Amino acid sequence: MPENNRVFSIKGQKQGDITLFLFGRIGLENFDALLREIQGFFSEYNPSHLTVDLEKVDYLDSTGALFLVRLEDEAKTRSVPFTIANVSDEGKQIMSLIDRRALTAPSLAAKERALNLLEQLGNETINVLKDIYEVILFGGEILYEIAFSIRHPRKIRWNDVISYMKKVGVDGLPIVALISFLLGLIMAFMSALQLKQFGANIYVASLVAVAMVRELGPIITAIIVAGRSGSAFAAEIGTMRVNEEVDALITMGFNPTRFLTIPKLLAAMFVVPILTGFSSFFAILGGMVVGVLGLSLTIFTYVQQTMNAIEMFDVVSGLIKSVVFAAFIAAIGCQRGFKVRGGAEAVGNATTSAVVSAIFLIVVIDSTFAIILHYIE
Amino acid sequence: MSTQEAVIKVEGLTVQYGDNIVLDNVSFEVYRGEIFVIAGGSGCGKSTLLKHIIGLDIPKAGNIFINGINTTNIDDDEMAKLRRGIGMLFQGSALFGSMTIGENVSLPLTEFTELTREAMQLIVKMKLGMVELSGYENHFPSELSGGMKKRAGIARAMVMEPAMLFLDEPSAGLDPITSAEMDILIKKINSGIGTTMVIVTHELETIFNVSNRIIMLDKDTKGIIAEGDPRALKEHSRDPKIRNFFNRQPDRKKN
Ligand SMILES: Nc1ncnc2c1ncn2[C@@H]1O[C@H](COP(=O)(O)OP(=O)(O)O)[C@@H](O)[C@H]1O
Ligand SMILES: [Mg+2]
Repeated sequence: MPENNRVFSIKGQKQGDITLFLFGRIGLENFDALLREIQGFFSEYNPSHLTVDLEKVDYLDSTGALFLVRLEDEAKTRSVPFTIANVSDEGKQIMSLIDRRALTAPSLAAKERALNLLEQLGNETINVLKDIYEVILFGGEILYEIAFSIRHPRKIRWNDVISYMKKVGVDGLPIVALISFLLGLIMAFMSALQLKQFGANIYVASLVAVAMVRELGPIITAIIVAGRSGSAFAAEIGTMRVNEEVDALITMGFNPTRFLTIPKLLAAMFVVPILTGFSSFFAILGGMVVGVLGLSLTIFTYVQQTMNAIEMFDVVSGLIKSVVFAAFIAAIGCQRGFKVRGGAEAVGNATTSAVVSAIFLIVVIDSTFAIILHYIE
Repeated sequence: MSTQEAVIKVEGLTVQYGDNIVLDNVSFEVYRGEIFVIAGGSGCGKSTLLKHIIGLDIPKAGNIFINGINTTNIDDDEMAKLRRGIGMLFQGSALFGSMTIGENVSLPLTEFTELTREAMQLIVKMKLGMVELSGYENHFPSELSGGMKKRAGIARAMVMEPAMLFLDEPSAGLDPITSAEMDILIKKINSGIGTTMVIVTHELETIFNVSNRIIMLDKDTKGIIAEGDPRALKEHSRDPKIRNFFNRQPDRKKN
């Protein structure tokens, strides 16, 4: 409310004893105006003594008191003797709250300096290498804990395993089914456009079946699971880190990797192959819709052609692949969660990183499998 | 406080989560310029009560008046305007983790004032000095202890010079000396600026040092079991619950 431009009146000669009468409300609402006025005042006047009279001030808050302190500092830097007159008891209390040393105290932590391009590059490289090192370390730990769990199956928290199987599998099924169905539909439709020209409609069924069972089923399922569950694992463990829950586990003598990671890992490894099976099934269903409605195939011929096209080897290799995907998605999700330091924002970063790293790993693993399977076949 | 003008008036407030009734038909008033303490065992609904007063939750029944305006049925714009005169320290401090302490404190200034950067920095330094955190403006909340976060939260709650200040357990996690300093700060702000304070606390020191009036909530009756001057309550109350509460204080004369 600095509606009138003057917040004080001046009494005295330009060079001599000057009294500033402040009036009205001196506080946050006109702090800016007051500071500016005071600059103007000192550029115009050169007092031999400055008195600030607060008699007519009817509201003074701590920001207002801060202004008075600044005014005194300004006077001091110009070596003008300074007094404050007619301060109320309230005013004295507020002024005593202002800690002058705090106003000039240096910050205890430097603001983060912006790095130049070369420094950023170096930093990132080191971070990536460190990250790879940590992931490998964590992988080793997990292998050890799996070995331990196999020898002591009673120590596995089976209740948790069941609950994660539900979260990853049952709750994930609708979206896997929907996307796979659409994928099958689109694949069949696109290929039909080409195959129709050769009168090879029936091969649409083979194409969808082979592509899904061998490659796309495992991959699309893995990507969905990474997005739904890998991120959830990272968020869950990351939040536990922020709340010191992981520290509490360690203090109580638990092994956090065994306690938190193994149930998630096992649950994912159990249900992701099943999800993959559903994915292929729904894609084939999608393909069949196109085949029956668009290409005038009968359901029977479509199914028969599909059965002929799929080989046992493809099914088994697809399922094995999906188990490996599941293990890596769960592991990287948990690792990202354990890495969280600091606050809630770090949890967000961890979930993002869990998904990105999982998808990267899926691609790497899939390529590896492609090479291996090529030689086995 | 010659003229007792109620700035906050709670009438028949009932709060229920699911089947769990937390507060049942609670009524009281807070007068302008007083330091009002809400005490009571943990889980009896103190934080819940504060959240309802500042309109973060809608009560199941009852009315809440702030400056005479019924906040249970006003639109968001009006409520936002009302809240601008209110500062709140949350029980968990509620500092923004992605911002430094300085940015946390100056956030309301950047949003609701036209101050220059220098002026803001000055105000931030002043407020941090008030809560004994000077120099911590570039730290992130995750780098501070619980008690330090509390104090940063107080600095942020005070930065707009609100006419009403709500503090949810301000001295939890503070050492006795800093806690006593917070009491002095609370008292000085209250008597110097006239800020109305509503404080949730268990600290008997704080209650006796700063408060004018106190209400005690109780988990069993889901309401107020005592109201008034804490000294008088301590002296005269016959209720064993109230006596127990006040007698936690060790008797210094005996030691
Ligand atoms: N959002 C909520 N949903 C359900 N119950 C709640 C919620 N918030 C608080 N409660 C319940 O209300 C009661 C009082 O909580 P609270 O106000 O935080 O207590 P305190 O007095 O310790 O601050 C507790 O029993 C708590 O379980
Ligand atoms: Mg509480």
